Amino acid sequence: MSPTDESSTDGGVQLSDDQLFGQLADSDSVELSGRERLARILDAYVLAPGRVAWNDWRTRLGILIIALFVLAGTVGPRVIEAPATNQAPTNHPPFEGGFGAITEDGGWIDLVQISVGSVSLPWLSFEFPLGADNYGSPIGRQLVHATPDMLEMVVAGAIVSVGFATIIGVTAGYKGGRTDSFLMYITDIVMTMPGLPLVIVIAAIYPPRQAWLVGVILAIDAWPGLARALRSQVLTLREESYVEASRTMGLPSRTILSRDVIPQLMPYVLINAAQAGRKVIFESVALYFLGVLPFTTANWGIMMDTAYSEAFALVDLGNFYQLLWPMSAIVIISFGFILFSQGMDRVFNPRIRARHTKKVGGGDEQPPTE
Amino acid sequence: MSEYVGRAREGVAATLGFLAGFDYYWRKIGHAFVTLISVTTITFALFRLMPGNPAQAMRAQFESQLEGSGQAADPEVLDQMVQVHTGFDPSQPIYMQYFEYVRDIVLYQDFGQSIQYGDPVFDILFRAMPWSVFISVYGLALGYSTNILLGAAMAYKEGSRFDGTMTVVATFLNSIPYYVGALLFLAFFAHDLGWFPSGGRYDTSIEAGLNPAFMASIVHHGALPIMSSFIVGFGGGALAMRGNSVRILGADYLRVARLRGIGSVRIATRYVARNAILPLYTQMMIGIAAVFSSSVVLEYIFTYPGVGWYTFDAINMRDYPLLMGSFLFFTIVTLIGILLAEFTYGIVDPRAGSGGENESY
Repeated sequence: MSPTDESSTDGGVQLSDDQLFGQLADSDSVELSGRERLARILDAYVLAPGRVAWNDWRTRLGILIIALFVLAGTVGPRVIEAPATNQAPTNHPPFEGGFGAITEDGGWIDLVQISVGSVSLPWLSFEFPLGADNYGSPIGRQLVHATPDMLEMVVAGAIVSVGFATIIGVTAGYKGGRTDSFLMYITDIVMTMPGLPLVIVIAAIYPPRQAWLVGVILAIDAWPGLARALRSQVLTLREESYVEASRTMGLPSRTILSRDVIPQLMPYVLINAAQAGRKVIFESVALYFLGVLPFTTANWGIMMDTAYSEAFALVDLGNFYQLLWPMSAIVIISFGFILFSQGMDRVFNPRIRARHTKKVGGGDEQPPTE
Repeated sequence: MSEYVGRAREGVAATLGFLAGFDYYWRKIGHAFVTLISVTTITFALFRLMPGNPAQAMRAQFESQLEGSGQAADPEVLDQMVQVHTGFDPSQPIYMQYFEYVRDIVLYQDFGQSIQYGDPVFDILFRAMPWSVFISVYGLALGYSTNILLGAAMAYKEGSRFDGTMTVVATFLNSIPYYVGALLFLAFFAHDLGWFPSGGRYDTSIEAGLNPAFMASIVHHGALPIMSSFIVGFGGGALAMRGNSVRILGADYLRVARLRGIGSVRIATRYVARNAILPLYTQMMIGIAAVFSSSVVLEYIFTYPGVGWYTFDAINMRDYPLLMGSFLFFTIVTLIGILLAEFTYGIVDPRAGSGGENESY
């Protein structure tokens, strides 16, 4: 390519391409220190969407619920005593003493004085507020001490399933042609396999003993739907002009995918990670409830199983609370996940965000509400 | 003579052309077949190739049984017993075992023999299958009908209090796992109120047959499991349907239809409903696998002896042939369900089978 003479026609000194563009690039990088750049990225990708998200009550409630469970999973086990049998009377009812216990001595809640150094402070003491199971193990403590393992399972399952779905879906959508057909063929096969029986068969032959491994096994059945959805997103992205520009410049596919395509999909991936987390909880609790998985980690499903098959909580409704608490924990945490993903969807999905202002929609994909 | 050959050739060409016209259907059938083979391969691999595999475990089990009864454990006899129960001969090379295993399953429906019942696995599961299908199909059908009706009603009243309330309610219902629903139903409707039986498939005191009392007892026993599997089908479909309908309600072609003076019933059914249901239909195909999967847990909770119940039973009794067989059975039933859905999808969506043509990079 021959250098242009444009800059010399108006009497200036002729500049080489490198001087022109190099300076521009230089001045750009000089202005921003590493910390500033980080701050900008943080602002663009985390804080700004966060502020929008916080305006929606769904996300707010969803984040609160998830934060509560994370707190129970990290701080909880350190603060709350580990459960053991015979800590409480067997089949101890929840909230013993009812509302009266709040004002009176004894019952499930009491006002006590604790001394921090020399100062004594009023403090609440709880006496097995959620009751105890038929081995006298307090249910509240069990719930809290099962949370870390549940979280480990959810995180492992979400990372594996979403990561796998992203790799498969994005590659298939971007590459197109034969790669696409092949990858989608495999995806369809896994999608049509009945997931729970497959997981049961695998778990029965090679019982997983660590919580994260349970999450990984459950991820087998969670990725195909997301991979397909991501593929259809990439199919529209691949025709964008900036992607085409990168392609014309001869950048390798790997760079185009990681720089141009995947950042656009991150919100979508995040939303689906929440959905995958919910799915992992549902299925792991089901498997522990069935007694398919070894009882090596604490789990709400094991509590349900004990209540169902040993306390006969269904027949003897007096013991129903033993079943109710772990069930409520599952329902609440998955409610949190759903609200979170719905709220995030509202933030990131322009079609939904703009729906009330402009109702004309195109395309035939659906919003990712599962 | 040559005239006949020519005519015959034309006839064959026409038939082939006619069959090729169903390209979409052939591809789907081929796909289902490939899935079946892959699942069979997975079960075989789990059975045979992995360390500490069930085939070895079974061998050890038989060995101790024989020793217990005072017989010498002859390796050949053991191989034979494993072969009877699993359908492959451990003394042969792996690829022959694999070939025979797949051949037996695909051609002869030989899934091996159950250890605890002593019957062929196929017979046990084939008798149980209609019950699982009964529960699942009704659950799925009810769930999706509710999705469509509720979603359409919400979209019609978009922005109203009904819409807002139902969105929250649907979201909340979506976060209740089906087995929690099943346990609640069982505790209150069966044990506490006694409206429904707490287990079984029908009243054993009634004579089986085509009499109204027997059929009523089947429905009576099936009601709670169907209600629970309804939760699986319900999912978040109502919200998806609402979203689709709202989007379509703002579309230009709908305005044109209104301006042309087309009746509102026709617009609602032919223009809005048909377009809004399409994405839901694809979602339902995934839902089929989920509903059949859920029957393992549901049938355990309701002690309803379908395929799912036998799966659970097989895990407890370490009955590997039955376990593997039920997994294959689930796959086959799911595949048939998905094939049916895809065939009808071709009728609902005229565009089906025309996708997948994009430039390769």
